[in-house]
Amino acid sequence: MENQGQLASLTKIIKPYLPDDVAIESVDLNSHFIENLNINSANLVDIVLDVEDEFDIRLENEDMDRMQTVKDALEIIALKTKEKEA
Amino acid sequence: METKQIIAQLPYSPPFLFVDELESVTPEGITGSYTFPKDAFFYKGHFKDYPVTPGVILTECCAQIGLVCLGIYVLDQGTANAMGIGMSSTEMEFLKPVYPGERVTVASEKVYFRFQKLKCKVKMYNTDGELVCKGTISGMFKTPEDDK
Repeated sequence: MENQGQLASLTKIIKPYLPDDVAIESVDLNSHFIENLNINSANLVDIVLDVEDEFDIRLENEDMDRMQTVKDALEIIALKTKEKEA
Repeated sequence: METKQIIAQLPYSPPFLFVDELESVTPEGITGSYTFPKDAFFYKGHFKDYPVTPGVILTECCAQIGLVCLGIYVLDQGTANAMGIGMSSTEMEFLKPVYPGERVTVASEKVYFRFQKLKCKVKMYNTDGELVCKGTISGMFKTPEDDK
């Protein structure tokens, strides 16, 4: 359930960075930010910064490298949120 | 790093170098200036019989001083070797024309430098201290390490 909420928040963050020809409905867990959603690396940085603000976490370079798909992003968010609470 | 070293590392040359000198630089921002030569190539066609510095050139000048010089300083690579620099986005407003021979000063303020992306707020002034253009410029800096 929480995961659904996080997916919704993440999708909302992604939306303004999607190119005109990519529909928000096409974003799912397996979407690859660069290959499927056509988001460039510069916009991906902005997505990461928005994710940091939204979830009150901080991502490092290795997280950025690992964050290839929407599912990867949710896993990183879950992990960082857990670390924060611990 | 001294300001002269930063300019020496710029991957541009005339007629596409738009930095004369840097007045100040810190990790948070940079100020530099440039005088547009009266005989610069673009005045021949922009506009016909009415030379005005094109907005794209003003943007380029803001980017070279405000983004690239600041990026070189922040990264302090030692060697720039035209390290992969790519302008990724610009959003500019143009308020006053800049005529041939005018000297402009660019002041840039870092918004953030994260994950190799530098985002800056830039402002360009003429010698009367009037705001000529302003905006936000971002770029990606690829370091040689990224290729390893």
